[in-house]
Amino acid sequence: MNEGFLKRYSFNIAANDFMSAGKGSSSIKNILKSMGIDATVIRKIAIVSYEAEMNIVIHSLGGELHCDLYDNKIIILSEDAGPGIEDLNLALTEGYSTAPESIRELGFGAGMGLPNMMKYSDDFKITTGRDGTVIKITFLM
Amino acid sequence: MEINNFCEQLKLNVLFDSKKKINIEGVYIGDLLSIVMTKAKQGYAWITIQTHINTVAVAELLDLSCIIVVENMEIEPETVEKAKELDIPLFRTGESAYNIACRLHDMGIK
Repeated sequence: MNEGFLKRYSFNIAANDFMSAGKGSSSIKNILKSMGIDATVIRKIAIVSYEAEMNIVIHSLGGELHCDLYDNKIIILSEDAGPGIEDLNLALTEGYSTAPESIRELGFGAGMGLPNMMKYSDDFKITTGRDGTVIKITFLM
Repeated sequence: MEINNFCEQLKLNVLFDSKKKINIEGVYIGDLLSIVMTKAKQGYAWITIQTHINTVAVAELLDLSCIIVVENMEIEPETVEKAKELDIPLFRTGESAYNIACRLHDMGIK
């Protein structure tokens, strides 16, 4: 199951903490840079991890962002404490957002979060329920 | 391309300037962060009316060369502090996004 697993980096992401928002993704980017990972791959992972991180900040009660390194892939795993996505099919549609107006005014809520995660990864899996949402995004190396 | 006297040429107000030289590879104009994330590339100057603290996080994540806030939008002190912390040059001007983009084009950024 965990064949080729090398290392996990984890970051706590607090709900509504816009002061720190982006720190997890930035740390992941810098770790991958220091490892000499291809810049195109780093860019994709930065886009995806930022969207995942902002989803936790804006929509959840808080959670964790993990970066799992394998010998042939990198997995970004986002786990939050709920309350879950009411209509997953709609949430996966480009342009659909449940972000309130106050958040949209700050430049969020374009409805591109989950679609961007799908578009820029090699594999995208999501499960959601009241207890939380888990998103597993894989990048093949 | 490296640009000397960048702020003077564009008459920008400096909220924070890095010690690094301003090196601009391209320009992107946008206010929706998810769109900017996927379109702006390393070394781009980002022209926006967004002034929220998270704009700086986006610029840092994408390795953008600077943020130029247009239309004299008010910038929160937290955003300036974040720019200093993450070493992202942050400028402001009363010009429009279009005018600044045209000036950058005239300066040789195509």
